[in-house]
Amino acid sequence: MTKNNITETYDVIILGGGPAGLTAGIYLGRAKVKTLIINEGSIGGQMVLTHAIANFPGVDIDISGRDLSLKMKAQAKAFGCDFESNVEVTGIDLSGELKQVEIDGDEVFAAKSIIIASGGTPRPLGVNGESQFKGQGISYCATCDGDFFTDKEILVVGGGNSALEEAVSLTQYARKVTVIHQFDHFQATEHAIKLAQNNAKISFIMESEIQHIIGDQTLKGVEIMHMKTKARSQVFADGIFIFIGYIANTDSLPDSIILNARNEIITDENMATNIDGVFAAGDVREKQFRQITTAVSDGTIAALSAIDYLQK
Amino acid sequence: MLSTNLKHLTSVEDFNQVVENNENVMICCGRMGPMCLPVYDVMENLEEKYDHVTFYDMAFDAPYANVLRSHPKAAKFMGLPFTFYFKNGEAVEATSSIQSKKQIKDILDVQFS
Ligand SMILES: Cc1cc2nc3c(=O)[nH]c(=O)nc-3n(C[C@H](O)[C@H](O)[C@H](O)COP(=O)(O)OP(=O)(O)OC[C@H]3O[C@@H](n4cnc5c(N)ncnc54)[C@H](O)[C@@H]3O)c2cc1C
Repeated sequence: MTKNNITETYDVIILGGGPAGLTAGIYLGRAKVKTLIINEGSIGGQMVLTHAIANFPGVDIDISGRDLSLKMKAQAKAFGCDFESNVEVTGIDLSGELKQVEIDGDEVFAAKSIIIASGGTPRPLGVNGESQFKGQGISYCATCDGDFFTDKEILVVGGGNSALEEAVSLTQYARKVTVIHQFDHFQATEHAIKLAQNNAKISFIMESEIQHIIGDQTLKGVEIMHMKTKARSQVFADGIFIFIGYIANTDSLPDSIILNARNEIITDENMATNIDGVFAAGDVREKQFRQITTAVSDGTIAALSAIDYLQK
Repeated sequence: MLSTNLKHLTSVEDFNQVVENNENVMICCGRMGPMCLPVYDVMENLEEKYDHVTFYDMAFDAPYANVLRSHPKAAKFMGLPFTFYFKNGEAVEATSSIQSKKQIKDILDVQFS
């Protein structure tokens, strides 16, 4: 993609304006490194999806994800970071000494170093009918859409903490909640499992996967298959809430960057990728715990490593 | 009233007037929640580039929002926000739940080209 019509050259370009990218921006800006943060979505990334963030140190325990995002952005801006947000990244070239990022198909920015902090996106079920019924029976946010399902029967897909916690919260509205999970055990804390199991409105279908959505004008339910017996059956419901994890936003990266089998970027402990001058931070990289605090930590290390790289 | 940087519709009269007096209108009817905020952000971001479109928000829980909540195009909607596109007073498109910038631009480009 190498282009000659460069709009502006920076020391560092950060791809992603979630907590990892914003923290990297704060450190780089403060070190007087000329930095551009390019963000495809809303500033704050997944933080914006959170009503109250109770586990980020030093802030009010009911601070909303949006407010925390705006605070982090203001801090990065105050230290001199430039922002291009709500843009579409249409090209990334990591090959030369000066790396390039094209946005919206017209502007090209260059930098000596790149920090990839593009985070994750909710994993879709990937079955027929999912996009047709999104917002019309299929939801990815219990707090947003729960009240549309008052006195109705709903399915919750997933077996992690999010799925079980959201299943419990949906019982405020729904008459009946059925959790469908592909394994014979949950990947959640004992506390979350107990709360869900002790709730009289919740029942469980284990070791089963949704094959497709049933419905014509309106959503009617799903067809599921038992993972061991391969037996198929239909489960009727008015709505489906999907919480089956996140996928790393690495689609737009060139093939030269090494990813693991789950398409997450592999880094060393200094957040360095296999390409000189290219670092990765936050949920986009291979790691076990995905939290705001861990994203912030990655962002710090990536920024300090980028500064080291620039000084070499 | 929603705390966005968009213009707000705060009554049915307001709504009628805006929709009747502007050729292209996009209205996002939602709350200050995770699925709605990204849509407001995209609208704020597009306001300058799409100067032939008038962008508004409306608070979903306000009584006057019934004009959109009970709109026939929203009959099957079960996800916030409800986003409407009006051309010459007529609702030409409506979506339910979060939409990406690309999805919104695609609708604007087709309906209000
Ligand atoms: C519903 C929900 C609730 C949560 N609650 C909590 C909580 O209470 N506490 C907690 O610690 N953690 C919580 N988390 C997890 C936490 O939000 C994430 O671990 C954290 O946001 C990851 O930060 P990040 O910067 O790596 O990525 P993200 O937050 O995903 O941000 C990445 C940003 O990059 C943008 N982007 C994507 N692709 C590109 C590209 N090619 N170029 C440029 N930009 C791009 C995205 O649009 C996004 O804005 C929650 C997550 C969710 C979904």
